[in-house]
Amino acid sequence: MTAAVELKAITKKFGDVVAVDNVDLAIEDGEFFAMLGPSGCGKTTTLRMIAGLEFPTQGSLSIFGEEVGTLAPNKRSVNTVFQNYALFPHLTVLENVGFGLKMQGVDKSETRSRSMEMIELVQLEGLEDRKPSQMSGGQQQRVALARALVNQPKVLLLDEPLGALDQKLRQEMQLELKKLQRDVGISFVFVTHDQEEALTMSDRIAVMHEGKLLQVATPEEIYETPANRFVADFIGRTNLLEGTVSDSETVILTNGTPIRAHSNFAAGTRVSISIRPERAKISQQNEDGNPLSSVNGTVETITYLGNARVYGVKFTWMSLEVREENRPGIELYEPGTPITVSWDHDAISVVAD
Amino acid sequence: MSTAVEPRGWAKAALHVNGWLVYIFFYAPIALLVLFSFSDNRNVGIWGGFTLDWYQDFFDSSNARGALSNSVKIAIVVTIISVILGTMSALALERFTFRGKKVFDALLYLPIIIPDVTMAVMLLLFFGEFFDLLDMLFGLQLRKGFWSITISHIAFNISFVSVIVRARLSGMNTNLEEAAVDLYASRWKAFRHVTFPQIVPGIAGGALLAMTLSLDDVVITQFVTGPGWTTLPVYVFGLIRKGVTPLINSISVIMLLASMLLVVLSLFAERARRGG
Repeated sequence: MTAAVELKAITKKFGDVVAVDNVDLAIEDGEFFAMLGPSGCGKTTTLRMIAGLEFPTQGSLSIFGEEVGTLAPNKRSVNTVFQNYALFPHLTVLENVGFGLKMQGVDKSETRSRSMEMIELVQLEGLEDRKPSQMSGGQQQRVALARALVNQPKVLLLDEPLGALDQKLRQEMQLELKKLQRDVGISFVFVTHDQEEALTMSDRIAVMHEGKLLQVATPEEIYETPANRFVADFIGRTNLLEGTVSDSETVILTNGTPIRAHSNFAAGTRVSISIRPERAKISQQNEDGNPLSSVNGTVETITYLGNARVYGVKFTWMSLEVREENRPGIELYEPGTPITVSWDHDAISVVAD
Repeated sequence: MSTAVEPRGWAKAALHVNGWLVYIFFYAPIALLVLFSFSDNRNVGIWGGFTLDWYQDFFDSSNARGALSNSVKIAIVVTIISVILGTMSALALERFTFRGKKVFDALLYLPIIIPDVTMAVMLLLFFGEFFDLLDMLFGLQLRKGFWSITISHIAFNISFVSVIVRARLSGMNTNLEEAAVDLYASRWKAFRHVTFPQIVPGIAGGALLAMTLSLDDVVITQFVTGPGWTTLPVYVFGLIRKGVTPLINSISVIMLLASMLLVVLSLFAERARRGG
């Protein structure tokens, strides 16, 4: 099967600045695909290249097998939902939605009926004669979606689609976008800096940093087996313990403590062990724990989150975060209590630096 | 709730007085002009009872009517050409990068800064040399008149139009043009359907200013005008030298009404556009 969007060795330079560095990426048809990374990582530039708003400096970019590298944006069957929506302020909702069809020369009555259909799909019926300035942020977002989808693009591109919405509305829209994507069946490629958003919505995530593609995988894989230290740190919260691989089942931490951890790195490789706060368990200090998957320390801080408590645990040579769900009957530990932090040896991951 | 501190006591009273003084300073001369244009006395400043004779005089005087029609013809051509060129230069400066952009940008503002007299002398010299050159090369016998005035007015109006349109363009979200292109618009269609409607208020404002500046320019016009091409302000200026009559008042009132009409029209146009 040909990929919906395929990037081969794509590089984009702005002057001397390399915004996107030799990226290979294939996005399948029907996929909800996230491009995730901190600002300036090249994710938006990549999206803009797919849209045709920027042309790659090098490499090949194809949409359903057709090379489109330097094809003008109005010649590509992809549409974009822009950050802050970029709705035309002088046009009504109906005119905004019908804009693409009008430009393609679709006749008026068909433009109208297809636009109305799309307005209904995004639940804005009755508001079609409003101007964008008379609508709330969430409604504008829907107009932007309808305006793009009415053209039946092969791929929909979304640039930080939920960035301008408040927390609660954002969560609603996440689910709605996901549902919309399933209904229309095309691939949605969206750019976000919000790792939670990427995890909740996507089928696959591409993590980018400084123009480079670090990992492309499902949310589970990204979270469970991050490709490197940056990915582990960027996706969710984690504790990173630096050390050196001793053999395929053991990592020696920098202070000399051996830890049981499976990896495929050669002995002597400098790595980090990633222990997610919710994967670690906290208990009264005891000596019968497995020394290869536990450490002894003292509770230093407690952060109460409502649904959970996060303990900051101090060791002689470092500190860890341990998260404990706020279930009934759990034992509470005061600051200063000596405790043991332990974990299942297969619940941690070893990442390259 | 307003957080501004309301002035109290004598400060408030003084501010009120100040407000009124400013308005009197603005509008008393206009009120006097309008009043004396109806005065039945040959002396401009003495009230001699109500009359419409001076307006009658204006419409009876073929010189005055000729000057008015010259002014209007020139103003229309000037407005159209300077709006097109000014808008194009604004688009070029705001949307594109090209060699020599900074220099072009700086030079574009020059006509706004140069004193009118300097500009007038420059243009006079230019047309003199230019016509001589044409005569020498092609044997063309050109004289100053409609086109020399029109070109001179366009020369300084491009700058004004460009400044106003640019202000509007820079406030416009560039994403809008990208969105239009993403939605299958060609560059031209994106301009026509998205950029242009967004900058229409700027263009209208620029057109209004160009028309007003052209209609009431005296200094430059006087230097570059030729036989048969006296404009209304130049005609009024000439009248004063011969001896002032309230005819000047009536002409001024007519010009005032015309420019007020333009302003009101532009306000209505803007409101209609926004109200939808």
